[in-house]
Amino acid sequence: MSRYDTDGDGHGPDGANGSHGHAVEVSETPTGRHAARLTDDPFADPGRLPHEPRRTDVDAQARRRAERQVATMFGLSTLAAIGFVVAFVAIDKDAFVSLPLFGEIGAQNLAFGLFLGLSLLLIGTGVIHWSRKLMTSPEIVEERHSLRSPEPDRESAAAAVKEGAEESTLGRRPFLIGGSLVGALGAATVAPLITLRDLGPLPEKKLRHTAWAEQHQIVFEHSNLPIRAVDVPIGAMITAKPKDVEDLNELAKAVILILRLEPDQIQNARQLELGYEGIFAFSKICTHVGCPIGLYERETHHLLCPCHQSTFDVLNGARVIFGPAARSLPQLPINVDDAGFLVAEGDFDQPVGPSFWERG
Amino acid sequence: MKSLSARRRHPLALAALLLVALTSTGGLYAILSSGAPAQAASSQSLAIQEGRELFLNSCSSCHGLNAEGTTDGPTLIGVGAAAVDFQVATGRMPATIEAQQIPETKERFTQAQIDQLAAYIASLGPGPAVPEPPVYDPASGDLAQGGDLFRTNCASCHNFAGAGGALSRGKYAAALAGVDPKYIYEAMLTGPQSMPVFSDSTLTPEEKRSIIAFVTHITQEGNPGGQGLGRIGPVSEGIVGWIVGIGALVGAAVWIGAKAT
Repeated sequence: MSRYDTDGDGHGPDGANGSHGHAVEVSETPTGRHAARLTDDPFADPGRLPHEPRRTDVDAQARRRAERQVATMFGLSTLAAIGFVVAFVAIDKDAFVSLPLFGEIGAQNLAFGLFLGLSLLLIGTGVIHWSRKLMTSPEIVEERHSLRSPEPDRESAAAAVKEGAEESTLGRRPFLIGGSLVGALGAATVAPLITLRDLGPLPEKKLRHTAWAEQHQIVFEHSNLPIRAVDVPIGAMITAKPKDVEDLNELAKAVILILRLEPDQIQNARQLELGYEGIFAFSKICTHVGCPIGLYERETHHLLCPCHQSTFDVLNGARVIFGPAARSLPQLPINVDDAGFLVAEGDFDQPVGPSFWERG
Repeated sequence: MKSLSARRRHPLALAALLLVALTSTGGLYAILSSGAPAQAASSQSLAIQEGRELFLNSCSSCHGLNAEGTTDGPTLIGVGAAAVDFQVATGRMPATIEAQQIPETKERFTQAQIDQLAAYIASLGPGPAVPEPPVYDPASGDLAQGGDLFRTNCASCHNFAGAGGALSRGKYAAALAGVDPKYIYEAMLTGPQSMPVFSDSTLTPEEKRSIIAFVTHITQEGNPGGQGLGRIGPVSEGIVGWIVGIGALVGAAVWIGAKAT
């Protein structure tokens, strides 16, 4: 067999017959069949290269030097590991050192990283150096073999299956035992699926409603104090939430941003209607994937989401003017109570936050 | 004494008594109340006068001769002394270039001149005053509360570690490292350029002080875990990971695969 005859059937590689242009020379072989012999094939197998001994193979001094190098690497690795332990014991965990380019950095973590990294790196380089310089270096060819099992193995496997089927006596009353077995297997497989119920319960209407309701007081997010309308200056941005709501899931939906703008700059009648004397409350949850929006450019009146730069125009109903968000920010209708504090006039008129399947 | 009491019903007695009482109270007032307020008032009006001169020379071409604003600059009536102190002392004003954002530059006025300018602007309409040092002293702030407030109100623009960040169309939020606590306070109070206004009614002075304490702390502390890579998060960390980390791995792979000699 030629060495191009990779599939072992004596026919040469498939498609070799004349389809390779000038590189293929078709000739009559002693078997009488066409076989391809490649002449100046650029992908020709160069064959096994002659074994070239390394310096460490022929020079005993070089060999001893390489041995010393490997041992030194392993020895230094051990020292570095000891250094790690020493760093843990000896260096104050709150100490800082100042390094050029690095500035002030924690001394103990720096030592940990240096020593442990050095310890592992030296084991790695030692092992590689050892295998490259000292271990034997024979050139080895690993032959591929056919994936198909030999014929006798295949026949004995088929006979074993057949014998088992006969011994089971399933052929006599297939539905009594066979059917019940299939049923049992099915039931045992399906039964654990009941645990998926723990993924629920279904959100039902929770995604559509928040804690806001008529006359619900608006308070500062950070201090829980009510917000007096006159205390909100033009250009202000306040993160606010509904009073006396403790549940984090509810707060996450209900959090709002309060902005005060010049009412005569507003281009959106609906926005004016829902606001109070230039004070507007928008959901703080981005309609893209629900990041908290907090990047407010006071001069351009753009509200940006810091996650993906969705930009909302707060002069025009928080309409999206840039970025991946697809919906305007929901606006909370607000008013003031008798004492002049901001209150909600109801819930948002649409679900807050990112879109979901049944949102409509 | 007898003669005095005898004349007490004299028609001129009342007038004389009044004269004595008036001159003595007037004289006493003039002696006891020192000349200071009068002098202060006059130095205040002098500062306003000087400030107006400075304003006319350096600011009026954009902000108008009476600070009423023009198409090139907003009105300064009612912005208060704090806004003037922030803008001029950090060298943002007078603006040297007309850009998306007026950059911070070297201060071009002395603090005395800035105070005069601030006095003039403050005289035009009520606005936030320049805070006194105890108000913005970071040592008396609550770090934990400051961190909470910073992440809610500031981190969106100024980065979680105060490293600053990009806004839209070439504008940017300034890095907070090394900024004088006074200017951080004034920036919150007045909302310069793109920044929203956090007046004392929306963030109390104590809350502002806590934010300043937090900002001072995180921008001054070292990096406990090693090189912070500018503390801008995944961008710089990714670049280092891809170039340095993967570069080293490629080098190692080449070394392992090379034929030993």
